[in-house]
Amino acid sequence: MSVSAPAKAAIQPVRQNRVRKYGPDGISGRRLGLRIAVGVIIALVFLTPYLIMLVGSLKTRPEILRVPPRYFPQDGLQWGNYASMWSTPETPLPFNLISTLIISIFATLLVLLVATPAAYYTARFRFPGKIAFLFLVIVTQMLQPAVLTAGLFRQMLVLDINDTWLAMILINAAFNLSFALWIMHSFFAGIPKEIDEAAQLDGAGRLKVLFTVNLPLVWPGIVTAIIFTFVSSWNEFAASLVIMSTAENQPLSVALTKFIGQYATSWQYVFGISIVAIIPVIILFALIEKRLIGGLTAGAVK
Amino acid sequence: MSTLTPPVIRERKRGGGPQNRDSLWAALPWVGPVLLLIFGVVLFPAAYMIYSSTRRISQAGTNVEGVGFENFATVFADPNLPRVLLNTFVWVIVVVSVTVVLSLLLANFLNKPFPGRTLVRMAVIVPWAASVVMTTTVFYYGLDRDYGIMNSFLVDIGLLDSTYGFTKNVATALGAAIVVGIFVSIPFTTYTLLAGLQAVPSDALEAAKMDGAGPVRTYFSVVLPQLRGALAVAVLINVINVFNNLPILRIMTGSIPGYSADTLMTYIFKVLQFDRRLDIASALSVVNFAVVILIVAVYVKVVKPMKET
Repeated sequence: MSVSAPAKAAIQPVRQNRVRKYGPDGISGRRLGLRIAVGVIIALVFLTPYLIMLVGSLKTRPEILRVPPRYFPQDGLQWGNYASMWSTPETPLPFNLISTLIISIFATLLVLLVATPAAYYTARFRFPGKIAFLFLVIVTQMLQPAVLTAGLFRQMLVLDINDTWLAMILINAAFNLSFALWIMHSFFAGIPKEIDEAAQLDGAGRLKVLFTVNLPLVWPGIVTAIIFTFVSSWNEFAASLVIMSTAENQPLSVALTKFIGQYATSWQYVFGISIVAIIPVIILFALIEKRLIGGLTAGAVK
Repeated sequence: MSTLTPPVIRERKRGGGPQNRDSLWAALPWVGPVLLLIFGVVLFPAAYMIYSSTRRISQAGTNVEGVGFENFATVFADPNLPRVLLNTFVWVIVVVSVTVVLSLLLANFLNKPFPGRTLVRMAVIVPWAASVVMTTTVFYYGLDRDYGIMNSFLVDIGLLDSTYGFTKNVATALGAAIVVGIFVSIPFTTYTLLAGLQAVPSDALEAAKMDGAGPVRTYFSVVLPQLRGALAVAVLINVINVFNNLPILRIMTGSIPGYSADTLMTYIFKVLQFDRRLDIASALSVVNFAVVILIVAVYVKVVKPMKET
């Protein structure tokens, strides 16, 4: 049984590129030096906004509102901002953080619970309407909460769960389900069916085969699905903006917009909370960097 | 911008013994919960939104009466609409085209081996993982006329004579939003194209080399044709994402009164939030939704995600 190409790409991301071509018989040292220089410039371009955030979060209020601005603070680094920002009057930040965490964690759990069996099943078995089912999943993946916010808002009003965590958990889960399903699908499809059959001969049911035989083998796919769903829910903005109207319920992405447009914004707090919100998701995303390429190969290349 | 490419599903025609072919009833426990979520939280609100667009709805969300296509008549007679559509068009075309060109260059560069390449790739991924609201906020602050660091940097390197209030007038605020839009769209696009580049078979490159083709010729006659699929995906997914982007324009053009700097998406949210006109917002959303469905249809036709092999 051959392993399908997309799954192979997903499981073994770009191994052929691990062979370093540069070195004695590769390209010249000068050319290599040029590449490194260009690489450094590119990295700087993409990191600069976040470095501005980091430095800004360590400035005093007079320093960050200073005209003209200074690139680096001269009143010393205010690490205390990371403690004092939680009691800023604009928005109840501790609640916003808890809200973001709860929505993201439960949306991710719901996606996992719902998508894992479906991914396994569609990778293994055929059933009437399977193509229609997968088509529905693909189309869903191309929609975003922003497109349907007007409908979602009214639906949540009528269901009387507007402005609740439940509403945003359901929305984030529904709109991230498709990606999770398909990435796990490609991993399950990469596992030879003979492994299942051997376990079935021993008398294991389908659920048992899924949990004891398959799950340990597809964990990279599951981790990718978990991280992607979590990060995407963590950053969701449009639907939360309309549906979460109570200040305490709003996720960080919505809460932060309240600072903008004020007479003298507490930018040092805006950036402090941004750094706290961004660093974990960057680390999570970096963990699946290799599989983002591998996973994308499946979709982008014929 | 958390987005990923939708899958290409290839149904392999397996031998398929009887144990692999289930009835719909046997399949339901496995795929039912997914269907429930998609129908309940994606398809139902879509249908409900279309229904709402034909009703008159009070500010509290109560359904008053059916009005047929009256809301759409209101929307199309709206004097703001032509400007909003023009802005939307410019926003999508400029962001997507510049993003794709820059990402192509970047992907080619990141496909070449050099020490530290992984670190550069990690740096490129950062705007993809980070919240778009937060990334845009730092640009908004940086471009402030008085205390903005980016503004004074532009003066220091001689690009500007004196600092300028970019977010205070329509053209420069839109321009600044476009720059941020490109910045946050490049990571996903670059990774998609990088994946495409890595799938170019190395023997095709060797063969071109053997035939004496130079690097430029090899690129245009061997590499680019192989990238067609990845490019189609990158362009179409970006069109959808940029078209539906709310936070960038909302923040960058937020201090401009009226609707002269709005795109369809920011306009919908103003109607929804500030005017509390659920019916008009629904009608506008239906127009927006129709455009999205059209792009999805083009995607399905061009990329053929359901291809049987």
